[in-house]
Amino acid sequence: MSLLDVTGLRVRSAGGRDLVRDLSFTIGPGERLGLIGESGSGKSLTALAVMGLLPSGMTASGSVVLDAPGTGPSEVVGAPERRLNGLRGRAVSVVFQEPLTALDPLMRVGRQLAEPIRRRRRLRGAALRAAVAAALQEVRIAEPGRVARAYPHEISGGQRQRVAIAMALACEPALLIADEPTTALDVTVQAEVLALLGGLVTARGMALLFIGHDLAVVSGITDRVLVLKDGEAVESGTVREIVDAPRHPYTRSLVAGARHLDSALDWTNR
Amino acid sequence: MTRPTPDQSTSDQPTPDQSTQDGPTSDQPAPARSTSDRPTPDRPTPNQSTSDQPILEAREVGFTYRGASAPVLSDVSFQVLPGRSTALVGESGAGKTTLLRLLLGLAVPTAGRILFDGTPLSPRDRGRMRAFRRGVQTVFQDPYSSLDPRQRVSRIVAEPLRSLGLVPAARWNSSAADLRVAAALEAVGLPADAARRYPHEFSGGQRQRIAIARAIVCEPRVLLADEPVSALDVSTRVRVIDLLAELRESHGLTVVMVSHDLAVVAMLCDHTAVLERGRIVEQGDTATVLGSPAHPYTRRLIDSMPRLPVT
Repeated sequence: MSLLDVTGLRVRSAGGRDLVRDLSFTIGPGERLGLIGESGSGKSLTALAVMGLLPSGMTASGSVVLDAPGTGPSEVVGAPERRLNGLRGRAVSVVFQEPLTALDPLMRVGRQLAEPIRRRRRLRGAALRAAVAAALQEVRIAEPGRVARAYPHEISGGQRQRVAIAMALACEPALLIADEPTTALDVTVQAEVLALLGGLVTARGMALLFIGHDLAVVSGITDRVLVLKDGEAVESGTVREIVDAPRHPYTRSLVAGARHLDSALDWTNR
Repeated sequence: MTRPTPDQSTSDQPTPDQSTQDGPTSDQPAPARSTSDRPTPDRPTPNQSTSDQPILEAREVGFTYRGASAPVLSDVSFQVLPGRSTALVGESGAGKTTLLRLLLGLAVPTAGRILFDGTPLSPRDRGRMRAFRRGVQTVFQDPYSSLDPRQRVSRIVAEPLRSLGLVPAARWNSSAADLRVAAALEAVGLPADAARRYPHEFSGGQRQRIAIARAIVCEPRVLLADEPVSALDVSTRVRVIDLLAELRESHGLTVVMVSHDLAVVAMLCDHTAVLERGRIVEQGDTATVLGSPAHPYTRRLIDSMPRLPVT
């Protein structure tokens, strides 16, 4: 049985335009799938539809079934908010592109992180504080004490994204969705955050849905890739199949662009 | 978040400034490696594009923001030689954008000097600044904020012609201006009817072409570009780099690019200077800097570049 089973997903805008059309894919426990496409391809909307978080006015149809241990198979499309709240965090959680907007600017980092931990593990007081510190240590934050007391604007972009990852992991989700989690970061920080994310997904046996526009980034952290264009899947396969032998013309142009940029780096020694 | 746009080549993700106090960074302030000779300054040979006289030069430049204790830039020296495209590479907080502002004369260094054709820039000398603006134009990172949404493309692209007085104010929408705007639009690969349209009708890549057309309309010698392709999708990115490379040849433009993306730098620039926390830690031929980096920070930048799996 799949952990996530998306069948014939369609996302329609308030104006009646189809932004995602007839999209189907599955993710098994522990699997890593990359959704790759350029801006406007519908990749982020797909992530939001899986979380039941589409912006108001947009409607999803088709089927999104999450079947995580402990929650049982649940249909996300059309589910009431109460049902969705039971799934979010435990079955699936998400790390967004821009951690500054994902975090509450008026709340200290430690308090934000404590919220999901308190709800999930019913901890209080010293035990809760210890759990928050442990969660910050798990995402390799060097000074968990200082960061916990800081407001989001007082820490660096990389640290903010680490905090967002810690919050996403706090409820021990079976599936982690990462929506362009490193696009806003510097290259050296991106490399660190990707290594951290890959390590945590492996260590916890989580499944990963990684959304990105950069083929080099996506191919480094996932096993299979689904290529989206204008809301439709044009091709899917293993990373090797897509990178080595793209079939669809769009995938070919995507791979050619990535190869062009990649070959410019051939001066450097790998 | 993806904004649903009909055009797949539209990107609206500005990469916001993030600070980089994340993880370990190399602390050794290794001496800057410079392959360029010290200039013999004040030799009055302006407008001679084949000479080795730098068009633009930063000489021991330092900059400290008012009220700040630590400088953003210290002891930065490099030259923009005619025909030698130069990259300023570094991550956020390295001082790239501040350096670009100094090179554009938008701010004055608190130490050292910026020289244009061998003479220091002085913002008060209006005649000279006008010659400078004509010779050095710029393209910004985000084509969604750098184009006035209320102006037609023709007016946006003609702006330097008006502000530099290249077309008399009374006749700025004359056929002379129109011809130059049309030539600039053609040079960047936009259709002629683009002139009548507004920026929102274009995709991100096309907007960046409009910004490039505006920069080249007064036929500058140097194009200073601040992360000109980082807001664009990959395939669009490659096309805009190709365009810049083509303009470099056809218009004799010297491109100075600020970037964090080593692949883009490798495709476009002959000379590379690596900035780390306000200092140039290494500079030289791009092939040498990337192929056998001398400074640990350059090494780390290279190792951090995401690569495709090896076939």
